[in-house]
Amino acid sequence: MADAVAQRPEAIKAVPVRHPGRWVAAVVVLAVAAAIVYTIAAAIQSDLTSFGSGWAAVGHYVFHRLILQGIVVTLELTVLAMVIGIILGVILAVMRISPNPVVSSVSWFYVWFFRGTPVLVQIFFWFNLNLILPHIGIGIPFTSIWWQVSTNTLITPFMAATLGLGLNEAAYMAEIVRAGIISVEHGQTEAAQALGMDRLLVMQRIVLPQAMRVIIPPTGNETISMLKTSSLAFAASVTELFTRQQQIATATYAVLELLIVASIWYLVMTSILTVGQYYLERRFGRGTQRGLPMTPFQRFRRMLVTFHAPPPATQEAPVVLPSEHR
Amino acid sequence: MAGTPMVKAEAVHKNFGRLEVLRGIDLEVAPREVMCMIGPSGSGKSTFLRCINHLEKIDAGRLSVDGELVGYRQQGDKLYELRDAEVCRKRSEIGMVFQRFNLFPHMTALENVIEAPLRVKRESRAVAVDQGRRLLERVGLAEKVNAYPNQLSGGQQQRVAIARALAMQPKLMLFDEPTSALDPELVGEVLDVMRGLAEDGMTMVVVTHEMGFAREVGDSLVFMDGGVVVEEGKPKAVLTNPQHERTRTFLSSVL
Repeated sequence: MADAVAQRPEAIKAVPVRHPGRWVAAVVVLAVAAAIVYTIAAAIQSDLTSFGSGWAAVGHYVFHRLILQGIVVTLELTVLAMVIGIILGVILAVMRISPNPVVSSVSWFYVWFFRGTPVLVQIFFWFNLNLILPHIGIGIPFTSIWWQVSTNTLITPFMAATLGLGLNEAAYMAEIVRAGIISVEHGQTEAAQALGMDRLLVMQRIVLPQAMRVIIPPTGNETISMLKTSSLAFAASVTELFTRQQQIATATYAVLELLIVASIWYLVMTSILTVGQYYLERRFGRGTQRGLPMTPFQRFRRMLVTFHAPPPATQEAPVVLPSEHR
Repeated sequence: MAGTPMVKAEAVHKNFGRLEVLRGIDLEVAPREVMCMIGPSGSGKSTFLRCINHLEKIDAGRLSVDGELVGYRQQGDKLYELRDAEVCRKRSEIGMVFQRFNLFPHMTALENVIEAPLRVKRESRAVAVDQGRRLLERVGLAEKVNAYPNQLSGGQQQRVAIARALAMQPKLMLFDEPTSALDPELVGEVLDVMRGLAEDGMTMVVVTHEMGFAREVGDSLVFMDGGVVVEEGKPKAVLTNPQHERTRTFLSSVL
């Protein structure tokens, strides 16, 4: 063995292939980006507001109390709508693959309807529910036991937006969860059935936990998407981030500046979620791949390295799990 | 043989669409008997095994386990389909081991074994864990209790799968080509566990290509082809002195 090691020839040192095209492309991209940024920055700079230049207004409003309150409402809407969407989505997905034709048709119809109409229409619908149902109540028929409330008291604008966003999201989540369920090998279900587990137990204990690996990444996407879609709550005059910037912009005429403020915050929030999504995916990818997907930081480092050198021979990430030995 | 047979098949038929997979199977497996089933692929042996615990519905004939019909209840001349809960209860009394192991990959070996006792039999955790450890010890995996399936070799996975099936204290064990997906050097450890089970008096139906196992451990041997039982008898007799031409051709191609 020692001989074999000694006889190993010297590691190959070759002149790497040059990539002049990459440098040209980089210069072009940078030039275009600089032009765009400059145009916007100059427009804001020259825009006179009550704070002086536009940038002073951006600086003033970026941490403004109303904007920060709007962010809180945006986050509340996003979280609540996603919670409704995920819970209802799982229920709809399980219903969809039920052998009971009534149950699965209900699920199919739900997805068809809520995926087939714009979410903006749905928010408006809930917002105007009082036109169909002026009062909402529950009671026992043929008795005087009856409780009711005016729809406008129950369905606040925030409630209307949450319902609209959440029920719409459920339709998309149902399809995501269903794809996850289908991805689990049928042998798993059979093995569980052979042990005497009933349908619900098989789903809850065996199939859904394994489906998570497929369900999590698109759910991250949906959450990021929801964060932005929640701005449609503007239609129900919910005072979330977009509505707040719109209100301030209308009052101060600093339209451009407040759009920049809102964009900054949306970008900050989606960036945080994106990083969170990476780590969540890594967590749920365990045990299925040899190498974990790279963290954003690792990707960035690799990009710098590979920019002027050929990519490493292996596409696998540097982080390696205890290997499977089948 | 006296007493109720553990498995009794009378003219069992099964078709997938137009394809007739089982074309009249008549069989009896006595309690404590080890029956091995051999035959070319597509001969219906795996399908028959899956019918025994109602993973597949039979289309004609009668199939009963321990004196009770599989999947149906008979009242007078009429057959009634069993409710899901009843099917589940009957399945819980029959252990099954699959060719591809089908261990739950998100659970450790011990969790795989205690899952059904905990959730289906509703045993207490302490009792289930205690039994689970003993079973894993019995299949020679005492030190792999906390390993996940992908950290185990095929042979180890299959032994966990056997322990998982045994955890429900089944009265009958079904083996669907339990060693066909294993590397040759891992086959022995699984067969040893199965041999031990047979010695302890477990009733077993084993679909296999391991002629050595069938000869040494089996009480009876069934050769199936084209959805029917071609030949049945003592393993030694069938293997050394087959009566049918089809059996002879098959055996000469495998042995």
